[in-house]
Amino acid sequence: MVEALCVELELRKAELQEEVETIYFGGGTPSLLASEELAAIFETIYKHYKVSKNPEITLEANPDDLSEEKLKTFKSAGINRLSIGVQSFFEEDLQLMNRAHNEKEAFASIEMAQLFFENISIDLIYGIPGMTNERWLKNLEIAISLNVPHLSCYALTVEPKTALETFIKKGIVPEVEDGVAADHHKLLIAETSKAGYDNYEFSNFGKDGFYSKNNTAYWQGKPYLGIGPSAHGYNGKERSWNVSNNTIYIKKIREGELPLTKELLSINDRFNEYVMTGLRTKWGISMKRVETEFGSEYRKHIDNQSKNHINNGILKFDGDILKITAKGKFLSDGVASDLFFID
Amino acid sequence: MKNIRNFCIIAHIDHGKSTLADRLLDATGTVTSREKQDQLLDSMDLERERGITIKSHAIQMDYVHKGEKYTLNLIDTPGHVDFSYEVSRSIAACEGALLIVDAAQSIQAQTISNLYLALENDLTIIPVLNKVDLPSANIEEVTDDIVDLLGCDPEEVIPASAKTGVGIEEILTAIIDRVPPPKGDPNQSLQALIFDSVYNPFRGVETYFRVLNGEISKGQHIKFMATGKSYFADEVGTLKLKQVPKTVIKTGDVGYLITGIKEAKEVKVGDTITDSKNPTTNMVEGFEDVKPMVFAGIYPVDTEEYEELRNSMEKLQLNDASLVFQPESSAALGFGFRCGFLGMLHLEIIQERLEREFDMTVITTVPNVSYQAYTHKDPETPILVNNPSDLPEPSSLNRVEEPYIKATIITKSDFVGNVMSLCIEKRGEITNQTYLTTERVELSFDMPLAEIVFDFYDRLKTVSKGYASFDYSPIGLRTSQLVKVDVLLNGNIVDALSALLHKDNAYDIGKKMCEKLRQLIPRQQFDIPIQAAIGAKIISRETVKALRKDVTAKCYGGDISRKRKLLEKQKKGKKRMRQVGNVEIPQEAFMAVLKLND
Repeated sequence: MVEALCVELELRKAELQEEVETIYFGGGTPSLLASEELAAIFETIYKHYKVSKNPEITLEANPDDLSEEKLKTFKSAGINRLSIGVQSFFEEDLQLMNRAHNEKEAFASIEMAQLFFENISIDLIYGIPGMTNERWLKNLEIAISLNVPHLSCYALTVEPKTALETFIKKGIVPEVEDGVAADHHKLLIAETSKAGYDNYEFSNFGKDGFYSKNNTAYWQGKPYLGIGPSAHGYNGKERSWNVSNNTIYIKKIREGELPLTKELLSINDRFNEYVMTGLRTKWGISMKRVETEFGSEYRKHIDNQSKNHINNGILKFDGDILKITAKGKFLSDGVASDLFFID
Repeated sequence: MKNIRNFCIIAHIDHGKSTLADRLLDATGTVTSREKQDQLLDSMDLERERGITIKSHAIQMDYVHKGEKYTLNLIDTPGHVDFSYEVSRSIAACEGALLIVDAAQSIQAQTISNLYLALENDLTIIPVLNKVDLPSANIEEVTDDIVDLLGCDPEEVIPASAKTGVGIEEILTAIIDRVPPPKGDPNQSLQALIFDSVYNPFRGVETYFRVLNGEISKGQHIKFMATGKSYFADEVGTLKLKQVPKTVIKTGDVGYLITGIKEAKEVKVGDTITDSKNPTTNMVEGFEDVKPMVFAGIYPVDTEEYEELRNSMEKLQLNDASLVFQPESSAALGFGFRCGFLGMLHLEIIQERLEREFDMTVITTVPNVSYQAYTHKDPETPILVNNPSDLPEPSSLNRVEEPYIKATIITKSDFVGNVMSLCIEKRGEITNQTYLTTERVELSFDMPLAEIVFDFYDRLKTVSKGYASFDYSPIGLRTSQLVKVDVLLNGNIVDALSALLHKDNAYDIGKKMCEKLRQLIPRQQFDIPIQAAIGAKIISRETVKALRKDVTAKCYGGDISRKRKLLEKQKKGKKRMRQVGNVEIPQEAFMAVLKLND
């Protein structure tokens, strides 16, 4: 697999002319990579791409994968940011979500990681069946007291065809109530803001200087390259994604062929993506950008479609920037689709 | 004339009429295999999809029998109760009828009422037992049913299968041997019956007719007697698979006429064509101005499309003269049209054609029948109420009369109880019950027409497990205890959802309407109370709970385009909703309140 990744990196070197500012190892369990494998990938990147002076290099890891040895390896390979999939500091929640780690490992992994890394993010999940407001609050307090500079907090989404969905259907696990998740969200906003985190994207909270540069690039429509099975890329005009099947991926790459599917974005598609991501971030939707990039027709469309939401206190104008209000945050998908432009 | 045979086909939906017609066209070489497609005569996509005939059609076949050449004119008729007047005119243009009965399902109510029409017009009936190849065919028993019904000889019943081709030659022979040739006097002045018309955007309206007396020639000055309008016969001809222009269509034959008429409503089915200089004094009997039975508002989902909707309706009316409409406005929906339809199927067809052929997205309001209201002030002068909001204030109201029908239902004896309960629930009074055979019962009820509009067909199908057929004819107006039930969304009356209901059913139906709407209206950012009210009195209440969470947790690289597509789909769904006050109502909610027992 690593060999294939390196070949793909080489095959696609012409696609990215810009300086590489961030590198992200995610999806699945990149923390399983051995030091030589990491070294090989970095070598390929530096050989074929222009990398900036101080790139942000993140690696996703599960608490049970992290050992002192591993952490040392990551550090020496050049990783400078860790994203740890903690999910919760409570056993009940971890079991319900079928996680491999327990609450002890959750704590220990963070404390250990902090010996080697300053730039750490942890994932937490709220709105879990059976999770009380108190328990969620405790989770937040623990994360804050551990002094982690970045949090990604996700409202539980029951995906179709998962074990959790089956359990809920069978009545083994109580249904997820929207109201509970909404209450947790309120607590989340209040607690993080008190502790000095900035809610720069719907699910992301960072202290000053600790935003995820990599993820911010997605929301700001910057180009990126996705390497490996299922990875998605964007060049400003086109989205592309690799085949998800590992075997097919490796086979195709060996044959010197990119297993890519491409989709050209229309002006409406790009506008709609800007609206959707803009509403999720603190940077909102800039009317100036809408005018210059999409045209006055789109600007007019936004004015028309946003009226009701502004009256209802769901959207607001901050100068020339349209933003979602605290009241509207938890409803932002529906609001975004209202603002969409469709032929 | 002695070698002309004019015949129609009487059959219940699904008993194989269109397939049998296809077979006759095959056997007479009227279509080449290249032109072949299923349900050849059903030219609208809608007809083929639904397997029903909406419009009448006619086709001429040539057939050589015992060395003599015959001209066979098949006049295909619509297969639904909404179009019974058109059926009656097609029957009046024929001397014979094929009575097609499904060997598995036997005779149905609609077949019987059309058969009676044929008998009243002295048509020779050729009974055909179709689908004898089916394993479930019940040949002996159904033959007995037919013999009982017609009083004919069992040998006269022709076993056939339109699917395998069995019996097709026998049917053609029987048409020639049994159906009498047309009578009529070639020397009299022209008298021709219009049994259908088809709109052609390039050539104007094509009129289909049967010459009863005299003849019609290209270039003749003619007159339509009911409308009193005169025309010049630009073209006449016969109807093969394609039109074949002729110089003259003689007595007894069937043909088409083109005069440059641009609007279908000038050509009235049942009207008589005659010569304008030397007119006949006898109009063909049985002409009626078709009256709409069901009324509903049609509104554009997007208020800015009102003018476009008007254009589309006008174009539709060009080829469907039975559609009537006039502008109206609704407090909830803005500007639209109050439309009259022949029945519920006709309404559905119009709605579908607007969407398919004209790409309009429309809302159809709760349908109603045409009432007559009388006030205390003037208790003798009726006020026509085609829209619930036209009903005078209860305090000034003297009485309301509603249209009644005679409903005929044929079902299996096992389901008599169920059918009776349903009809009684629908305010029906039983007037007759006859055992056609030990298994099959004919029930007659006097019923308000309005009850047929509300959810009757589907429930009849359910309570009889599909073994009931239904037919009706209007029998005039009767005084009824009607009240207007309003629906309030978020405290505001939505006039498009108002309905006139009998006071005994009002509470129950009002409650069900609220429940149905609660299921259909999507959750929004606030609670939406749904109430049903009679005047100021609330009779039922439901609430659509506010939406509290509508946001995706993760939206990174690979999620963005997937999420965008999902939200775009959502947006398209919203475009089919209508905002009334601050509540978004899906298009289908307006009609779905009719299907309260789903």
